[in-house]
This record gives sequence, structure tokens and C-alpha cells, in this order.
Amino acid sequence: MQNEFVPLFYGFHFYLFGLIALASALMFVTRKSPVAAALWLVQTMFALAALYVMMDAQFVGVMQILVYAGAIMVVFLFVIMLLNLGHPSEISDIRGKWGRVIAGLFGIALLAEIGAASRNALVPALQLPQAPTDGAINGTAGVIGPIAGPMFKEYLLAFELTSVLLLVAVIGAVVLGKKSSNAR
Amino acid sequence: MLAESLALSAALFAIGVVGVLTRRNAMIVFMCVELMLNAVNLSFVALSRLYGATGQVFVIFVMTVAAAEAAVGLAIVIAIFRHKQTVDLQNINLLRG
Amino acid sequence: MMNAQIPETGHPLADTVARFVWLLPLLPLLGFVVNGALALSAAAKIGPDDPSAGQDHHNAHDHAAGHDDHGHGHDDHHPARHKYAGIVSLVGPGVLLAAFGLAVAMFLAMRGVKMEEPFVLQLFRWMPVGDLKINAAFQLDQLSMVMVLIITGVGTLIHIFSVGYMQDDPGYPRYFAYLNLFVFFMLLLVLGANYPLMFVGWEGVGLCSYLLIGFWFSEEANANAGKKAFIVNRIGDFGFLVAMFLLFANVGTLDYAGMAEAAQKLPMGGTVITAICLFFFVGCTGKSAQIPLYVWLPDAMAGPTPVSALIHAATMVTAGVYLIARSSILFSMAPVASLTVALVGGLTALFAATIGLKQWDIKKVLAYSTVSQLGYMFVGVGVGAYTAGVFHLMTHAFFKALLFLGSGSVIFAMHRAYHATHNHDDAQDMRNMGGLKKFMPVTWALMWIATLAIAGIPPFAGFFSKDEILGTVFARANAGPLSTATLLGVPGHVVLLIVYVIGLASALLTAIYMTRMMIYTFHGPNRTGDAERAHLAEAPWIMTGPLVVLGVLSAFGGWLNLPELLPIGPIGTLEHWLEPVVGVATARMAGSGEHVAANTEWVLIGVAVAIAVIGMSVAFARLKPAALVQKSASPASEGFAKVLEHKYYVDELYDDAIVQPVKGISTTVLWKGVDAGIIDGLFVNGSAAVTRAMGWMGSQLQSGQVGTYAWVLVIGVLALLGAFTSSR
Repeated sequence: MQNEFVPLFYGFHFYLFGLIALASALMFVTRKSPVAAALWLVQTMFALAALYVMMDAQFVGVMQILVYAGAIMVVFLFVIMLLNLGHPSEISDIRGKWGRVIAGLFGIALLAEIGAASRNALVPALQLPQAPTDGAINGTAGVIGPIAGPMFKEYLLAFELTSVLLLVAVIGAVVLGKKSSNAR
Repeated sequence: MLAESLALSAALFAIGVVGVLTRRNAMIVFMCVELMLNAVNLSFVALSRLYGATGQVFVIFVMTVAAAEAAVGLAIVIAIFRHKQTVDLQNINLLRG
Repeated sequence: MMNAQIPETGHPLADTVARFVWLLPLLPLLGFVVNGALALSAAAKIGPDDPSAGQDHHNAHDHAAGHDDHGHGHDDHHPARHKYAGIVSLVGPGVLLAAFGLAVAMFLAMRGVKMEEPFVLQLFRWMPVGDLKINAAFQLDQLSMVMVLIITGVGTLIHIFSVGYMQDDPGYPRYFAYLNLFVFFMLLLVLGANYPLMFVGWEGVGLCSYLLIGFWFSEEANANAGKKAFIVNRIGDFGFLVAMFLLFANVGTLDYAGMAEAAQKLPMGGTVITAICLFFFVGCTGKSAQIPLYVWLPDAMAGPTPVSALIHAATMVTAGVYLIARSSILFSMAPVASLTVALVGGLTALFAATIGLKQWDIKKVLAYSTVSQLGYMFVGVGVGAYTAGVFHLMTHAFFKALLFLGSGSVIFAMHRAYHATHNHDDAQDMRNMGGLKKFMPVTWALMWIATLAIAGIPPFAGFFSKDEILGTVFARANAGPLSTATLLGVPGHVVLLIVYVIGLASALLTAIYMTRMMIYTFHGPNRTGDAERAHLAEAPWIMTGPLVVLGVLSAFGGWLNLPELLPIGPIGTLEHWLEPVVGVATARMAGSGEHVAANTEWVLIGVAVAIAVIGMSVAFARLKPAALVQKSASPASEGFAKVLEHKYYVDELYDDAIVQPVKGISTTVLWKGVDAGIIDGLFVNGSAAVTRAMGWMGSQLQSGQVGTYAWVLVIGVLALLGAFTSSR
């Protein structure tokens, strides 16, 4: 894939998917209907999955679609349908004008601070030349192998603990979702 | 492309925060949190090009935690709805001191 | 507990009966447990009026013999004995008798071996704290053996006497429980192998004393007397504690064993050793009722009379003498402290004897007599005549127990007579007695023996011990380290001569007031009243029996330690016996001084006897028992007699000078100011108010709105991030 058209082709699609993600996110937060919001969020996730693939993280991209878009968001939608929340409620759930303005200002302030922090070398790597380092992933490396390595070696304990966490979550969900036996 | 990725990540995160602040529907607030998690994942993936596959491992972990959170969180939402017939956070203040 | 004992191997006593020394205190403790359980179970069944049975007691002064139901009141009507009286009468004196038997067996075993080192039985580690290693250990040596024999022997007799004296008291099991507990603590006191263990016994006997003084606690005066004894003793205990702290800080050990070598670290007669000894003596003034802390002992007569005999005459109050004899090594290194002990003892002897001259209550006379005789003992141990001090302790235990029990017998008879006729007059006032010789011949004879003994008439016990003390005072004034030391600028030999003269004066007064007591009680016409006279009679044999034994001991106790001048038996038995314990200290106190010449000693003895005889003659010549009238008809005394009758107003003085100011400061400053104002107002309620205010503020933050929390969270993130970025 190292021919002269690649940078332009690559850059075009990168920006395209980035803009899609950004726009979908904005649409997501501004929708009144939970169902619409959820669908816009799914679109954001798809765009992000595309970006992951472009950044040589094919496995993560696939997982993004399978787990996030495919599983988690489906559950969200399922709950929305189950509780019949699909219609926008008569009283808007969005805060008043001042609340929105201040929240927007907060968002901008947050962005500004993150930007300032990045510039001030809170993340020193940003100022490094963008040359791949030793452990970096190049070309076709972003598949399962390099991820599985650390996951089952350095992070084995964390991995096992997440499995326990999942188990706990499953049990918790069952307990919480169950109708109490002595319900009136 | 790293700087652009991180900028997008920051923007998505900020949008998620604004969403959490402005919305009162528990489901949408929940989804905003998921958006914030996604933004962080983007940062991980972008930086993993520089620092190696460990970042992607963390993305997997974040996804796992998100899944667990969604399971428990949604179960709580259902339980609350069953009790209060609403998911509007303004009406839920059981923890008031 | 007993599994942990580590038998001392190699000691000649290790394989004898002495290895059961832990049984000695255990036996009375067992009695306490049994009797206490019976008292509790009975109280639980009968109800609240059992322990005191106060409603029946309000009129009698001393509730002797518990003839308590005035409501029924015929002499032939006997109130029901306590339901457990039988088993209590068996257990109470029984354990004491067993302990006495064991003590005698140990004594025989000890006589059979030659022992220089004390026998120490380690029971278990008690307080291992850093350098402070204190074991619960019992030390059996010649001194503690003597004390154990006195305590268990006299204790047994008094327990038996109590069976008769307390027979109808509703608190019968409680009484024996306390009495047994007292003996337990007293044995702990004398058997403990270190000062802390002695202190446990010391405090324990104080507790039992408190409990028994206030035995009839439903009457406020008795309860107050108990409290007074307890509080005054606390002052002395403070001294004891400070002495122990000083001893540990400067000598490094609190065990008796090894104390002699360890104490060598301190300079002879130095400030530290003097301070240690003086603080120990502060403890003694409390427990053994010396100036200035003697005031509790006369009030302690509020307890049953056998208690007065056991605790407040024969055993507990002599604990201070035991303490000094036990610490003789230390005291012999501090001549100034020893001189102080002797001087205070002498002054107490004289002071109490003068008060004793004008008391009308028979037990009060004996109480002041006890204070006075304790003063004699302190004179003895103060001048380094440790054997003589312990000897006087022993003979005093005999004759004073006899006097108290005899007075108990008299009170018993008086009370019974008054009870039969529903008379509520004072059964203890000598003005109401008189001529009792006719009705109680046995008691009369035995009490005369004791009186002769305490007055110092040969050959009764008190003569020998008192003479030995006075003789030693005279000898020490002539030679030895005491005569060369100075006390507050006064040369030691002058101090000792003063003490000697005081001792003689007190002996004179002792003879006078004791004879006065006997005359007023037993001689002359009877003043009890015509109706009551018919009911006066001798006490039963269970009470007079112990009196007879004590009478024999009072008469012949002197043979235990005969002086060389009177070779009518074995010479100085007790002195040889105690030699391993107090020998070193006695020798050091004697210095290089020559023994007083035999002629001089004959003169001293002659003077002492002459003074005793003069005192008794004066009493006989001057006192007119026929002129006395009943208490209710007696005029108030005047002049110096009034001062004496009011005990020099010392109680009033203490009240004005110490009690009232302390109360005032406590009420206005400490209570109203510090406690109610600062502590309650500022600290307790103030901190509560602050906490409540903070809690209210905190609770206002907890709106329960997740949205609000999110806002607050974001603000916090912004602030933190802003702080980070701007600080770069």
C-alpha cells in the first residue's frame, strides 16, 4: 500500500470518518428522542471503527462494531423499547437555555484546557517526531497477535479480574432486574 | 494523523460531557458516558501507533468494563423505572442528605 | 493459674509443705467465694432489705449481735437465723482454721531447716513491661511467717467469736464473705514477694476495711466512716505509689530478693533513699493511722466489733509496721527518714493517748489506744529495733484483739439487755455500764489481763515488747548512726531522748486510760438501769472461748522474746528467728554502739514498770466510778477535758482547712466553671454543635440529584485541569 496515492486517499478517508464521527456525536446529544439519539451514537461508533481500522487497529475496530455497536447499543435500544421510552417526553429532558449555554461553555473550556495541557507537554510524546518507535505497530501488525501477547502475559491478572467483573455484573444485573418475590 | 485523532478524541469527550450536563433522561446520560468512553478509546488506539499494542489491550479492557457497566446500569434503570415509572433524573433523589 | 508455678529448686523449703504456700491465700478466697455466693443468693430471694436490714437498726449505736427486731422485742423471742447461717458458720471460720493449720505446718517445716535465703515461689509473670519485670510470686521467710501466723491465728479466733457475735445479723453470710476476703488480701500483703504485689494486698485490705466499716451501711454515719477511711487511705497510698516509682527508677527492682544489693547503688543517707523511705512512711501513716492521717481509725469503730479487733487493731493497721520491717534495708540506709518515723510514731503515741483519756465510748478508747500503740511500733521500727517493732505488733495483736473482743462481749451483753427492755440508750458508752464484773466475770478477768499487758506490767506480754522498744530508743540515743544524724537541725540523740520521754509519758497515759476504762466498765455500781440489770449476762462460750485463748497469749506472749536480763526462759527467740530478715539492717542501725550496761537497763525497766504502776494507781485513786451518772444525765465537760473529748478538734480543723476549701474550689471552679462551663459547654456541646453544623452543610450538598453531582464533578475537573495547565 505504499504508493503515491495512498497519503491523499488515506487522508481523505481519515477526515471523512472523523467528520462523520463528530457530526453524529453532535446529532446524538441534540436529539430529543432516545431512539434517535441511540442510532446516532451507533453511527458515531461505526465511524470510530473505521478510524480504528485505518490506524492499523483492525481487531479493535472489529470489536468496536461487535461489542459496542452490536451488543451494548442493542441492549440500550432494547431497554428503551422495553420501557417504552422511545417517544420524546412532553417536558423536554434537556435543561433550560442557561443550562445549555453554561454546559456548552464548560465543554469549550474543557477542550481548551485539554489543548493547553497537550501543548504544555503534559503528553510529551506529542512533541516527539512522529516516527514509529521500537514497540510501534507498522503495516500489518495491528491484528490479534500483538494484542494477545501483552494481554495474556503482563495483563493476565487484570484480564482475569475483568472476567470476574463481568461475572459480578451478570449476577448483579439478574438480581436487580428480577422482580422482587414479595412485590405487592 | 495523530494530532487530528487526539483532537477528535477531545472533541467527542467534550460533547459527551456537555451531554451529561444538559440531559436529564437517564438513558441518554448513560449513552453520553459511553461516548466519553469511546473518545478515550480513540486516544488509546491513536497513541498505540506510537507506543505499541498495549494501548489496544486497554481498549479491550475498557470495552469489557463498559459492557459490565451497561449491564448493571441498565438493570438499575429498569429497577428504578419499575419503582418510579420514570427515568428522569430530576425525579430520582433517593440519596438526598 | 497454678500450673505456671516454677518451684524454686535447691531451696531447703522447696520439697516441704511450703510449696503449698499459694494455698494460704487461696483458702480464704475460697471462703469468700462460697460465702459471697450464699449472700448473693439469699439477697436475691429475700429482697432488698436483706443486706442491710436497716429498718431494724436505726436506734442502736452498735448493732451488736443484730438483735434487730425491736418490733417484737422479748428476750425469749429470737429472730430467725439466716437460712444459710449453718454452712456459713462452717465455711467462714473453717477456711481460716485450715489456713492456720497449714501455716503451722509451714512454720514447723521452716524450723526444721536452716534457711538463710527466703523461699520465693514464682507463680506467673504478671507485669513484664520493658525493664520492669514483676512476677506474681510469694515469699515465705521468717518475717512473713510470723505475720501469717498472727493473721491466721488471731483471725481464726476472731472468726469464731464472730459466729456468736453476728449470729442474728441478717447480713451474716455477707459479713463472713468480707471477713474472708480481708484475710485473703492480708495474706497477699504479707506473702507477696515484691512491692506491687504487697500493694495489691494493701489496697485489697483497704477495700475490705471500707466494706466492713460500712457493714451496716443503711445508717449514714457508718457509710460515712467507711468513706472517710477509704479516702484518707488514698492519701497514704499515693505515698506508697510514689515510693515504688522512685524505687524502680533509682534501684531498678521492686522485688525484695536482691533489694539489699541493688540498694547499694544509692548513697547512704542520700536524698533519694530518704525520699523513698519517707514516701513509704506516708503510706504507713495512712494505713497504720499515724499523725496526720490517723483520723479515720476512731471512726472505723462504726463497724462490727470483731472487725475492729481483726482489721483495725490486730492485722491491717499493722501493715505499715510490716512494710517498714520488710524495707528495713532501705530504712537503715536513711537515718533521717528513720528518725522521722520514730518521732512521728512517738508523737502519735502521746497524742492519741491523751485523747483516749476522755473518751466515753468503750470502743473509741480502744481505738485511740490502738493508734497510740501503733505509734509505739513505729518508734520501734524507726529506731531500728525491727524485731521489737514486730514483737510489739504481735503482742499488741494478742492483747488488743482480746480487748476489742472483750468490749464486743460487753457491748453484746449491754445490747441484749437494752433490747430486752426496749431501751434505746447507748450500749457502748461507759457511763451506762459499771459494775459489770458481777455479771461477766470471765470477760472481766480476761480484760484485766489484757489491760495489764497493754499497761506494761510484768510479766504480761506488753511489758516485754514495750520495754524492748523503749530500751532500744535509749540505746540508739547513745550510739549509732541515728544519734549522729540530724532531723531538721536537731541532733539525732536529742530527738531520740525526746522520743524516749514521750514514750514514757504515753506509757503513763496508757496505764491511766486503760485502768479508767476497766474501772468505769466493770467496777463500781451498775448504771445500766434497774430493768436492764436483770438481763445482763455473760456471752456464750463460742465468744468467750476465743477470749480465753487470747488471754493466755496476752499473759505469756512475752516469753517469745525474753530479754537477756530476765532469763526465765529461752532468750530472744523472735530475735533469732527474724535475724536473717532484719539482722543486717538492725546491725547497721546499732552501729558500733556498745550494749547498754546491765545496770542502766535495770534502771530503765524499773522506770517503765514504775510508771505503769503509778499510772494505774493514779487512776484507781482519782477516779470515782460511783460519782458517774448515765450518759443522758451527764453534764458536758469543760476546759481541756472538753478539748480532749473532742479529739483536739482535729476533724474540725481538717474540715475547715482542707475539706471545705477543696469542696468550695471543686464546686465553684472545677464543677461549675471547668466541668459545666468549659468541658460540657465548650468541648462536649460545642463539638457537637460544630459537628451538627458541618453535617448540616454537608447534607445540603447531597441533593440526591445525579445531575447536580455531574455539574459539581465537571467543575472540579475543570478546576484541577486548569490548575495543572496554568502551573506549567
